[in-house]
Amino acid sequence: MLKIENLHAAVTDSDEVILKGIDLEVNPGEVHAIMGPNGSGKSTLANVLMGKPSYTVTDGDITVDGESIVEMMPDERAHLGLFLAMQYPSEVPGVRPWQFLKAAKDAIDDANGQKKTSVRQFSKLFDEKVEEIGINPDLIKRSLNEGFSGGEKKRNEMLQMQVLDPRIAIMDETDSGLDIDALQAVADGVNKMRSPERSFVIVTHYQRLLHFVHPDIVHVLVDGKIVETGDASLAEKVEQNGYRDYLAAQRNGK
Amino acid sequence: MTTQDRLTISRESKLDDAGYKWGFSTDVEMELAPKGLSPDLVRLISEKKDEPDWMLEWRLKAFEYWSKLQREDAEPRWAKLRYPDIDYQDIYYYAAPKSFDDAPKSLDEVDPEMLETFDKLGIPLHERERLAGVAVDAVFDSVSVATTYADQLEERGIIFCSFTEAVQNHPELVQKYLGSVVPYTDNFFAALNSAVFSDGSFAYVPPGVRCPIELMTYFRINTEGSGQFERTLIVADEGAYVSYLEGCTAPIRRTSQLHAAVVELVALDRGEIKYSTIQNWYPGTKDGQGGVYNFVTKRGMTERDAKISWTQVETGSAITWKYPSVILRGDNSVGEFYSVALANNYQQADTGTKMIHIGKNTKSTIVSKGISAGHGENTYRGGVKILPGAENATNHTQCDSLLVGDQCGAHTVPYIEVRNPTARLEHEASTSKVSDEQLFYLMSRGISEEDAHHMIITGWSRDVIKELPFEFALEAGQLLKVSLEGAVG
Repeated sequence: MLKIENLHAAVTDSDEVILKGIDLEVNPGEVHAIMGPNGSGKSTLANVLMGKPSYTVTDGDITVDGESIVEMMPDERAHLGLFLAMQYPSEVPGVRPWQFLKAAKDAIDDANGQKKTSVRQFSKLFDEKVEEIGINPDLIKRSLNEGFSGGEKKRNEMLQMQVLDPRIAIMDETDSGLDIDALQAVADGVNKMRSPERSFVIVTHYQRLLHFVHPDIVHVLVDGKIVETGDASLAEKVEQNGYRDYLAAQRNGK
Repeated sequence: MTTQDRLTISRESKLDDAGYKWGFSTDVEMELAPKGLSPDLVRLISEKKDEPDWMLEWRLKAFEYWSKLQREDAEPRWAKLRYPDIDYQDIYYYAAPKSFDDAPKSLDEVDPEMLETFDKLGIPLHERERLAGVAVDAVFDSVSVATTYADQLEERGIIFCSFTEAVQNHPELVQKYLGSVVPYTDNFFAALNSAVFSDGSFAYVPPGVRCPIELMTYFRINTEGSGQFERTLIVADEGAYVSYLEGCTAPIRRTSQLHAAVVELVALDRGEIKYSTIQNWYPGTKDGQGGVYNFVTKRGMTERDAKISWTQVETGSAITWKYPSVILRGDNSVGEFYSVALANNYQQADTGTKMIHIGKNTKSTIVSKGISAGHGENTYRGGVKILPGAENATNHTQCDSLLVGDQCGAHTVPYIEVRNPTARLEHEASTSKVSDEQLFYLMSRGISEEDAHHMIITGWSRDVIKELPFEFALEAGQLLKVSLEGAVG
């Protein structure tokens, strides 16, 4: 479904190369975890997949169902079914979460030739999800992410993910800065959404989230390259040993 | 002197209209007075309207005063606005649809073409719109076309009519309040308006009456080379309430058009006036050709426990010079100013408010949002004045600027004068840009770049837009979107 080949990416308008040749194939129904030390490029990878303009793909390709998405704008990627749960979601003053999400859903449906969800239908879905994820209903009346705590922002990302129902859900350190309740809420959300049609790419520094969401495949990313790939046991290994060995190997020029 | 120069206005469509969607003109035969300004012209206007002597005298005094200012070269130039000198002798000061010589008795008698124009403008003149609960006084060039709902309002003693009719039918009210808030000596453009105003709206709400519907006037400049000088006077008597809406459009013209209006609001003890404006005069082409020069004096006066609230969404005009103000004369009275001003392409806006605190415990709130895009220049100019007798006066000012692109400018010029030590004033100001992070966030959810911009900008303007009546708020959002087309992406 999602295929990454020899992907190189740099900070736009600079020589700072961050991704240095990544190969990755994500099949329908798979949950991939991308782990790595700070500065390894794992957040960059998540953002490059979604088309963030501050990064430029300098080599390689990303395809979805065989179609290259490298030249696509972020909204076009969303229409294809990609979703990125952000590490630091922006605050948008004066825009209500409901209004924002309805506009997003309508745009995606419209691009896929589907009818818009009626206001009533959408409200029902929205309210259900708000309750299910455990979002304070007062927050939803405020501006998008404005004055939200870290945990509230992440729950709000989960709300968007569930309502927009993507085929490829990318999560960028969604677990960082979460208390155990919020972490559990995020994990429940992901587990509920797991299906044979949907894939996840979960970027994380720690193994915490992976206690609750069991990945099919784990990759270790160091200095812009995937240095090891394995099953869930790789995450446990990383948890025990940290990234020391990988970093040492990198310093030794291996 | 007689009227002459009868001509038919033709449509123009070749101009680069910078996305202006209201830029149609109407084929209606017009009756025009010759160009230029003179005591004879003032007399002609007054005569056309069959005005009483006191009205003519007032106009002539205003003309004299304006001529003096003109000789002294006293046209105000302190605003941060650049425009070529205006030739006041090259403007039509009176233009009336010819077919109105015998004023229409009902809508059926209104020129169908003109009705179509109003349809395009979305002006609710017909039965369908009656349900929307808006009474409309439409000023087409200079003459008030039709006023709906007059009967229903009359039952409650509310007067809502064209200014011309008010002079005829309610001279005592007009004479009492005209010039009481904005005297003709107030400033250059107010003096000009006082001399040559040809129509406008008048509303009076009697003591203790709450006006059950929103009153609305739609202004439109149609004739090429004509100025529009309308005069609005609204009086909320003791304990009365009225909400008044004003909309403005003008067709696309290669030459610039002058608009110099005066609006006076009088809120007597416990009276309340809510005045909302959507100003969408033609802003000129993308290169800054043509467009309306909008020099407007708007001011209200509050007596004891009264309240006046101005809300404006200013997206149009090549030049905007406008400071809706409140003189807080009575104790405990309240003044509010909520504004979104947009300057795109080569538009220039110098707008803000003055809050003059005279009474005790007077309170004012200013929320100004300036959006600059393209080569637009947006200036907030505000004055807060606390006079010695204004014990415990408070003011809160919030002044935000948003920049779209890197060729535009935002400026803030707040004047504060405090002459009573018990006053409390707060001033907050911010300047921001639509951030790439915000855009990416919205787009990553499937929202197009243009819609994302629009969503961010209207969200940012929300504190002002939410002050508008619901339907006006929707229109304001649409207008911001259309006005910003091409500025983003």
